[in-house]
Amino acid sequence: MKLKFGVVVFPGSNCDHDSYHVLKHELNQETVYLWHKDTDLQNCDAIILPGGFSYGDYIRTGAVAKLSPIMNSVIDFANKGGIVFGICNGFQILTESGLLPGALIKNKNLKFVCKDIYITAVNEDSLLTKSLDHKTLLTPIAHGEGNYFTDEETLNSLKKNNQVLFRYSSSKGEISDTYNPNGSIENIAGIMNKNGNVFGMMPHPERSSDGLLGKTDGLQIFNSLLKNFIK
Amino acid sequence: MYKAKVIVKRKKSILDPQGKAAEHGAILLGFKNITNVRIDKQVEFLVNVSDEETAKQEVSEFCTKLLSNPSMEDFEIMLDKVDEA
Repeated sequence: MKLKFGVVVFPGSNCDHDSYHVLKHELNQETVYLWHKDTDLQNCDAIILPGGFSYGDYIRTGAVAKLSPIMNSVIDFANKGGIVFGICNGFQILTESGLLPGALIKNKNLKFVCKDIYITAVNEDSLLTKSLDHKTLLTPIAHGEGNYFTDEETLNSLKKNNQVLFRYSSSKGEISDTYNPNGSIENIAGIMNKNGNVFGMMPHPERSSDGLLGKTDGLQIFNSLLKNFIK
Repeated sequence: MYKAKVIVKRKKSILDPQGKAAEHGAILLGFKNITNVRIDKQVEFLVNVSDEETAKQEVSEFCTKLLSNPSMEDFEIMLDKVDEA
């Protein structure tokens, strides 16, 4: 199926081109950039909030980005069931906007972590994970504030509603503290909202989607989205 | 006019890695009595209104909508009446 994707560009976004490249050139989807000052989503079927350091991440990561004009439209779109996928800084913006529960706080070890890690899909019903070739994926992370936190009540509700998508794991899918790169509660690397149309993850599937970079596991996530999207 | 001082604090239940690092530094410096270090944020600004209730309301809204994230932080507001600049 051919979809139209919109990649939002905030001042300080730095994975917007990676996302655009994967969607447009690897997956041959119609893809446009959406400027943060605009409000028109140009009839896109799905919106990507890319990684980076929007507005310098001042105050808190994503705290200022959530106030940009485009975000009002993205929030409306999401509330009407539109597909919104936030990666890294995009995930932080989604939690700040209230579209996803919880918060991303400073990594437990205070370090900016930039490396390839494994994540394992723990939900086989979501748009992003339904059609993966294998459940454990090699993806890069690059963040200083990726430590996912929620209070206990929210955590229980996430689990009860099957909203946890990915957990940090070993290459064999073993989930334990040893493989937790940032201190995230219960190794959570990615979640979705209750309705299953808003997704956020700290790892970067768009940086592991082009064979030239030597890893393509991330492409499976985008392929799953394309395969299961109902227009 | 009011001078507002807002302290944004990470909720007690959340680990404060910066505080932990500072605490560790204190140990390295030989301090034996320093414990439970928490690093918060302080924000100061002026509020151009004449009554305290309106100032309180506006500052509180600013804190909820931008200066703090209710899922991980609490805030305290202090207001001081100051003369017009």
